Amino acid sequence: MSMINYASREINCKLVYYGPGLGGKTTNLEHVYQKVAPDTRGKMVSLATETERTLFFDFLPVDLGTIRGFKTRFHLYTVPGQVYYNASRKLILRGVDGVVFVADSQLERTEANIESMQNLYDNMAEYGYDLTKIPFVVQYNKRDLPNAAPIEEMQSQLNPGWPVEDATRKKVIPDPWHEGDYLVEEIDGMWIERAPHFESVATTGDGVFDTLRALAKTVLKALS
Amino acid sequence: MPGAATWSLDEGDYKRISAHLNALLKESNARCALLVDRAGQLLASVGEQLSFDPTAFASLTAADFSANDQLAKMIGEPEFASLFHQGEKESMYLADIARRVILVVLFDERTTVGMVRLRVKHTVTDLVALFDEMFAREAPGSATPSQRGGLLEGAEDEIDKLFGD
Repeated sequence: MSMINYASREINCKLVYYGPGLGGKTTNLEHVYQKVAPDTRGKMVSLATETERTLFFDFLPVDLGTIRGFKTRFHLYTVPGQVYYNASRKLILRGVDGVVFVADSQLERTEANIESMQNLYDNMAEYGYDLTKIPFVVQYNKRDLPNAAPIEEMQSQLNPGWPVEDATRKKVIPDPWHEGDYLVEEIDGMWIERAPHFESVATTGDGVFDTLRALAKTVLKALS
Repeated sequence: MPGAATWSLDEGDYKRISAHLNALLKESNARCALLVDRAGQLLASVGEQLSFDPTAFASLTAADFSANDQLAKMIGEPEFASLFHQGEKESMYLADIARRVILVVLFDERTTVGMVRLRVKHTVTDLVALFDEMFAREAPGSATPSQRGGLLEGAEDEIDKLFGD
């Protein structure tokens, strides 16, 4: 639920990092926290267990710049990835403006990724939100590990695309981040759209800002 | 609804909200009052200067209220319309406004929870009316076009520039 505050001249948007447990959601936020200028970020709040597992959420506010004299303030949240915490995970999606799905590239996490993606669709639907209609990006994390699954395989499992129903959207849109790929294309007479995807190694920060920038930009464009 | 709705707060809204909150503080002798939306964004704050990070406080308030909402449902209540957290010196009282916003009142030993609760009831009634009007203004199909459209319309270039594209 973006909120435009004319009194304090701010546009506030809520972005949520979703995905299976131990996939790197909190690491994404920690990297953003370390790299952005201290005067453009607020305090990072983590509600975690003693073993550093996210219990409720992590929260980090960042200012990404000014548009039309309004500060664009993004509130970044992670959810607890463990299946067990679904009740609290769902609460964080309330009022969300954009979602990053952080997938764990390790082959043995394939099932956990698919289960978490299904859970995301279900939890969004419970709020009446449609994931295919709001800003959404997929991040394939841990690309540095030797047991990382091929991107094509992960794309077909987690981001195979959804049918385009709106006639005005039935036109080819190249993927600006991957040459030769398309975000919207016609396959066997059917138009499909996919979420933009990024590869990352959150522990070193590779791909973390590419993901955040792509999502933040889509959220602002959705407002304009 | 494909996603969460967008809404705006203009200078006039802010002034009217602040007037209600200031009246609440004056009559209840509380330290400060904050308004937070259910997504965790701080809308307004009046009273004594805050000694903590208000943004973090707002996100925790929304999470606290949401978690308690679910607890209410589990025990067969539609909601907990208000919450009270008692500390040794500082306490806080939270109340729901139109299911979209949370009023948080911080107070100490200069007043009592009874006094705060009593006075908050009036403020809740006033703010519910005010927010209903604000949300009606933003509702899809409302007669007046949203100010939001005017603000970011045609700002694509600026957005591209902001992200260095």
